[in-house]
Amino acid sequence: MGRTLAEKVWEQHVVRRADGEPDLLYIDLHLIHEVTSPQAFDGLRLAGREVRRPDLTIATEDHNVPTVLGPIADPVSKTQVETLRKNAAEFGIRLHPMGDAGQGVVHIIGPQFGLTQPGMTIVCGDSHTSTHGAFGGIAFGIGTSEVEHVLATQTLPAYRPKTMAIEVSGELPAGVTAKDLILAIIAKIGTGGGQGYIVEYRGEAIRKLSMEGRMTVCNMSIEAGARAGLIAPDETTFAYLKGRPHAPSGELWDQAVEYWTSLRTDDDAVFDKVVEIDAATLTPYVTWGTNPGQGLPLGASVPDPASFADPIERSAAERALEYMGLTAGTPLREIEVDTVFVGSCTNGRIEDLRSAAEILRGRQVKTRTLIVPGSMLVKLQAEQEGLHEVFKAAGAEWREAGCSMCLGMNPDTLQPGERSASTSNRNFEGRQGKGGRTHLVSPQVAAATAVTGHLTAPADL
Amino acid sequence: MDAFVTHTGTAVPLRRSNVDTDQIIPAVWLKQVSRTGFEKGLFSAWREDPGFVLNDPAYQGASILVSGPDFGTGSSREHAVWALQQYGFRVVIAARFGDIFRNNSTKMGLLPVILPAEKVEALQAAAEADPSLQVTVDLEGREVRWAGEVVGFEIDDYTRWRLMEGLDDIGLTLRHADDVAAYENERQPWLPTTV
Ligand code: SF4
Repeated sequence: MGRTLAEKVWEQHVVRRADGEPDLLYIDLHLIHEVTSPQAFDGLRLAGREVRRPDLTIATEDHNVPTVLGPIADPVSKTQVETLRKNAAEFGIRLHPMGDAGQGVVHIIGPQFGLTQPGMTIVCGDSHTSTHGAFGGIAFGIGTSEVEHVLATQTLPAYRPKTMAIEVSGELPAGVTAKDLILAIIAKIGTGGGQGYIVEYRGEAIRKLSMEGRMTVCNMSIEAGARAGLIAPDETTFAYLKGRPHAPSGELWDQAVEYWTSLRTDDDAVFDKVVEIDAATLTPYVTWGTNPGQGLPLGASVPDPASFADPIERSAAERALEYMGLTAGTPLREIEVDTVFVGSCTNGRIEDLRSAAEILRGRQVKTRTLIVPGSMLVKLQAEQEGLHEVFKAAGAEWREAGCSMCLGMNPDTLQPGERSASTSNRNFEGRQGKGGRTHLVSPQVAAATAVTGHLTAPADL
Repeated sequence: MDAFVTHTGTAVPLRRSNVDTDQIIPAVWLKQVSRTGFEKGLFSAWREDPGFVLNDPAYQGASILVSGPDFGTGSSREHAVWALQQYGFRVVIAARFGDIFRNNSTKMGLLPVILPAEKVEALQAAAEADPSLQVTVDLEGREVRWAGEVVGFEIDDYTRWRLMEGLDDIGLTLRHADDVAAYENERQPWLPTTV
């Protein structure tokens, strides 16, 4: 019987298999950042262990860093970043610190350097590591104990998750993006729908996505509970990789492409679960609640909790409406926001900034609008294209690279009760700052919302 | 990590679903570089509400958290596990868990127990009716017992063994260093390095 892509990549990385034990899996790339690594390095030191493969490890500063120039004001954040610098130096790990041209959000820099390639296993102490699956590898988030394990051994013991296919047939209508697609998928299967699975996104609509769009989709696999998400590599993948600093070149490039081309699910392979979605039926999506599964088309209204048959979903909806300060029946388009955030590892890449700029060109924003490139290279490219001028002329703030308002760990936060339209990936209570209220949207909807002050699709302008 | 064989204590009913790790420990608490002191951050936003169940004196000293489904979804932060343990929890019971959280728990010796939703509900109700209810979580026998109820749960043999022995995963893997070295010799030549 044929094998799925995920099974092929997994098998390729099994170092050791024994009855009744998890597989010991080799890890091709380990990404590190300041938040989930300090205790892991401490553990190594305590046990007198080395980092086995510093040459397969790379570090960046992203969660804590301010996105305006200058030093880190918060002493605790500063200590955490300095701790990473000390650890990287002591264990010989390459680090892209604040101010470095290679600095950026951990899931943006891997692909941009060409370090993320098809068929690899990639881990990071961060759940959105699933982003890298867009290139056709297995990439997943791990906790600090596992970070320490990978540092010490370059392997992880793990059971192979089950496989799920999400088949997206047809074509996305104009104005509907990869973000809308993944929000619709999560609303359909729920935040627990992917638990225990590696999801392979397939079908015509997926094939037509750019690498940026594929990364947006894979990024939010974890919001559906999935361990990882991946997409088979193809010409789009190879074209993106070619010429990047860490991509193979010359004869090795040809060998690599030959192997990468074999990385697809066999026609007779069987998935443990299949979900089908028709892309042609989709419209811009927004979330109304406090988990990413609580989303609806922008044309809908805030749901009535009583409309949920399941008592647990009903009480979750009640709680969400109370926290979000929303009344059932309010058209989503009428919800007014205080802040718009374009950025994060979901939508902080160049294509995202281009699409936001296209909408803001020649218009004025009505709300506080933060545009935060996902990495310093994205920033540089945007500035070469003059996008920053468009943003500034519209009245938006153009920032340095970092996680920024995706999570309340750095100075970019919402105040209690403030409401945002955000291109990030989590609308959890307090995620963007204590008491903050988040609506997840695409960059296009974010930009259009900035112009009107209430949730808006570009077509409404 | 501490070995876990069996544990008896009182239980706190947390009647919420999708308790994500941002709620278990909000991001502001993640800036510490040490491994201790996270109990103060446990559910810190929710604990500001005097009506929150953890603030109820009847549940002080409880060591078993009984939650609605999808506990520990979201961020990979292991700080969520540390916060629960340092606050005094040894077991979390729910119908479904976020995968990464469950993994992190078993690395640290916090036992995640999956019970059917109606049994979780029954245990929550029992703990609400009598906060001093004694609940036993028996990893060796793979069952949870309270007030005459006995409910089995599943956990794979390997994880159970590791938890019962309190074994450090890294030490176990290092026994296979030769296999790792052999694998490394066979890796594809185009794979990138970061240097
Ligand atoms: S941008 Fe947000 S989701 Fe992505 S790594 Fe940073 S904090 Fe995590």
